[in-house]
Amino acid sequence: MKISNREISSETEKRQRISFGVTLLVVGLLIYLIFGLNTQANALATFGLNLSGSQALKVPDLVVPSLAGVYAMAILAVFAGAYQLARGVRATGWLIGIIAFTFVVAFLLWAVQDKSFSLTGMLSSTVVRATPIVLAALCGVISERSAVINIGIEGIMLMAAQTAVITATVSGNLYVGLFFAIVMGGLVAALHAYLVIRFKVDQTVSSVAINIFGAGATAFISSRFMQRAGDMLNNSGTFPIISIPVLSKIPVLGPVLFENNLIVYLTIVLVIAMHILLYYTPWGLRTRAVGEHPKAADTLGINVYLMRYVNVILGGMIAGLGGAYFTIGSVGRFDEAMTAGKGFIGLAAMIFGNWNPIGAYTSSLIFGFADSLQVKLQILRIPIPSEFLLMAPYIVTMIILTGVVGRAVPPAADGQPYEK
Amino acid sequence: MTNVLELRGITKRFPGVLANDKVDITLREGKILALLGENGAGKSTLMNILYGLYKPDEGQIFVRGQAVDILGPNDAIAQGIGMVHQHFMLVPVMTVTENVMLGIEPVKNGVFLDKEKVSNRIREISDQYGLEVDPNAYIRDLPVGIQQRVEIIKVLYRQADILILDEPTAVLTPQEVDGLFKIIDTLIKSGKSLIFITHKLKEVLAVADDITVLRLGKTVGSIDPKEATTDTLATMMVGRDVNLVVEKSPAKPGEPVLEVNDLFVRDERQQTTVQGISFEVRKGEVLGIAGVQGNGQTELVYALTGLLPLDTGTIQLTGKPLSHNSPREILERGVAHIPEDRQRHGLILSFPIHDNMVLCTYYKKPFANGISMQEKAIFSKSEELVKQYDVRTPNIYVNAGTLSGGNQQKVIIAREFSRPIELLIASQPTRGLDVGSIEYIHSQIIKKRDEGSGVLLVSSELDEILALSDRIAVMYKGQIMAVVDAASATKEQLGLLMAGVHPSESKNKK
Repeated sequence: MKISNREISSETEKRQRISFGVTLLVVGLLIYLIFGLNTQANALATFGLNLSGSQALKVPDLVVPSLAGVYAMAILAVFAGAYQLARGVRATGWLIGIIAFTFVVAFLLWAVQDKSFSLTGMLSSTVVRATPIVLAALCGVISERSAVINIGIEGIMLMAAQTAVITATVSGNLYVGLFFAIVMGGLVAALHAYLVIRFKVDQTVSSVAINIFGAGATAFISSRFMQRAGDMLNNSGTFPIISIPVLSKIPVLGPVLFENNLIVYLTIVLVIAMHILLYYTPWGLRTRAVGEHPKAADTLGINVYLMRYVNVILGGMIAGLGGAYFTIGSVGRFDEAMTAGKGFIGLAAMIFGNWNPIGAYTSSLIFGFADSLQVKLQILRIPIPSEFLLMAPYIVTMIILTGVVGRAVPPAADGQPYEK
Repeated sequence: MTNVLELRGITKRFPGVLANDKVDITLREGKILALLGENGAGKSTLMNILYGLYKPDEGQIFVRGQAVDILGPNDAIAQGIGMVHQHFMLVPVMTVTENVMLGIEPVKNGVFLDKEKVSNRIREISDQYGLEVDPNAYIRDLPVGIQQRVEIIKVLYRQADILILDEPTAVLTPQEVDGLFKIIDTLIKSGKSLIFITHKLKEVLAVADDITVLRLGKTVGSIDPKEATTDTLATMMVGRDVNLVVEKSPAKPGEPVLEVNDLFVRDERQQTTVQGISFEVRKGEVLGIAGVQGNGQTELVYALTGLLPLDTGTIQLTGKPLSHNSPREILERGVAHIPEDRQRHGLILSFPIHDNMVLCTYYKKPFANGISMQEKAIFSKSEELVKQYDVRTPNIYVNAGTLSGGNQQKVIIAREFSRPIELLIASQPTRGLDVGSIEYIHSQIIKKRDEGSGVLLVSSELDEILALSDRIAVMYKGQIMAVVDAASATKEQLGLLMAGVHPSESKNKK
């Protein structure tokens, strides 16, 4: 009686196949029960594809019969589940995608019945709302890839946001504000780097200190100076929307991606640039080596400490850009605690994105989507308290983080100081 | 014949320790110099100085007759010195190519990594030296023997002609060791010079052209391998006569202590690695479990000690079932365990010695009284054990992590032997230890046997199995190939069994 390893691994595969198949069937059933039974037979859902004030070519709005659409989603989920049970697909990412897609689309069809909903508007605000989150996530990625934990991003962003608005208002130039925000981010990160690399202070403790200091210092400066001086210090204006010629004319895609301000564009460029840097250049290879096995890098003549300093400071500068977004990139003034936890959500996006820039961007978009969906749905006045809507995507994220998609693996040396 | 490398008068002090004291070594071109010494003799320090990881306090390094300063690994690499570290310096989540190119990455278009170029060069090196490896494989998927090849390729890629191999055989199976020796042969034939660091005497005699022995940071002397024997080398290393042969009287087996029947065990990744094993260990005998590492020995020991649950089958200790008990219940029934990974399962390195000494008994009188620990009792017992088992330590209050490997193992043995035991399970008890410690630990195991305990010895070192066992069971792919009487067993016979071939089958084939 021999059981070979192959049979056992196919055993676990089979179990996973069944569980995914059953989940899809259940999702299909839920769509039918929750949305299908509660949608009126002749209701139409109107999805607006045009954004007022946009340069994009006008296209007719998408009008979908709600009930038929909901049924289509239910059938899609059931069909996918049945196929999965019969055949088995290994692409777990696709399966989770189908689950999320069918459920969200069915939900929207139900919510929008007999109403109109700006789809393009929601997608556009998804990209905008994801911007500070992904910048925080990129700061985390670049630091932790070289094995330095930085959970002080929230504090760095707050300080940078304030610096940006003050310098921009005083100088009357938004680029000056942007520059100083990035410098501020770099300086605070440099302090963190100095403490944890030179003095081997616990990385969590040091970055929590940065958060507390950031919250306290900005609140102090805000109430002591900015409120009294008012417009003298705290009214910078914001970066204008730049429409990219030709590309911004594309319906839907144009307003979503090509009618944004400087910081949003810089973010998208940074995501791509960081991905290339990390995986296709010597600097990236060395960074990853330092984060995984610093001793190995050291024996090959790579300066571990220097790599870490550079990465943490670069990360701080990216977070500084993220801070600038809050003030000069979005509302033009500073309010206390205005980052509202985006720095921490960015860290969740980094983990969900598996310490990888593109992954971090994708997961930031999910958070951004959740955020903007909740705002739009409040306008529609659907019979669900908005607090619950706000919760749903985080609950999904937590389920995913528990290991359905395969556990995220941090860099092996993450958080450990390097001793020669 | 020129000397490619000379170290003269190297001295290195660490706080409180003189790691190297005026050490001289000479490496002749195209030869193999074996650097022999016990753990803590200063071999690794010396090589780290040569590789630029430490700075010597005194002394000079000459490469091809020129005095050079080596301030970092880059200087060493520039001088053509390459090092294969004992603990491989490879990034597991990266490919072979990425690991080889790390630090001197060629680029195309000014910025992008040129992996193509490197993997082609790796293939060339592979062909030239017989170091077969897939450049696109991830390190974490490669067996240890292949990982070592990658380390050697890394050094050759940097065009080193002086290679330092630090304890290269410590982690290898006997077959992989043979493979390594072939590679070393090819390297020498192509004009490289080698420093081979080890404490295994037989290997030294098998490969070295010159032997230099270090002891307590000093050069004891150099010797021609043709004139040396394992005994003379051992004496030079330890500084006194060492008894390499374990003296033992014939076993007087009594009642069975441990009976294992048709045992199946799955490892942490749910793979069935123990597939239907049955055997028994009697009072007063040593049953040796031989086999190449990774054939289910680890999981067998884990199942016996309660660290892994068993799938099916039965285990009986002194006639009573022991199947789903916790490790503590198993220990309390008189099982002593010397674990394979002494730093992970044997000791709590960040605890002082006295706490490690009572890890199995801390909750009982006299070490605990209700919820309070009785420090006085713990201290006095620890002092007593440290003396009795000759643990070399400044005092019992230092952390176990500061001890050498041999002394750590002595702490474990002291702890396990300090309570009444029926069965001793010793897994790789002397791995990585020096000759002196091995001698001591072997004698302790035999002493336990003579006191009437059953001993289950798991080891991938055939010499150790042959020296200690009364009967030998050979494991292959989770099953026991055969149980043979140690007195009549030969290395060849065991080697075939370890490779999964029944001796009778191989005869039939002929």
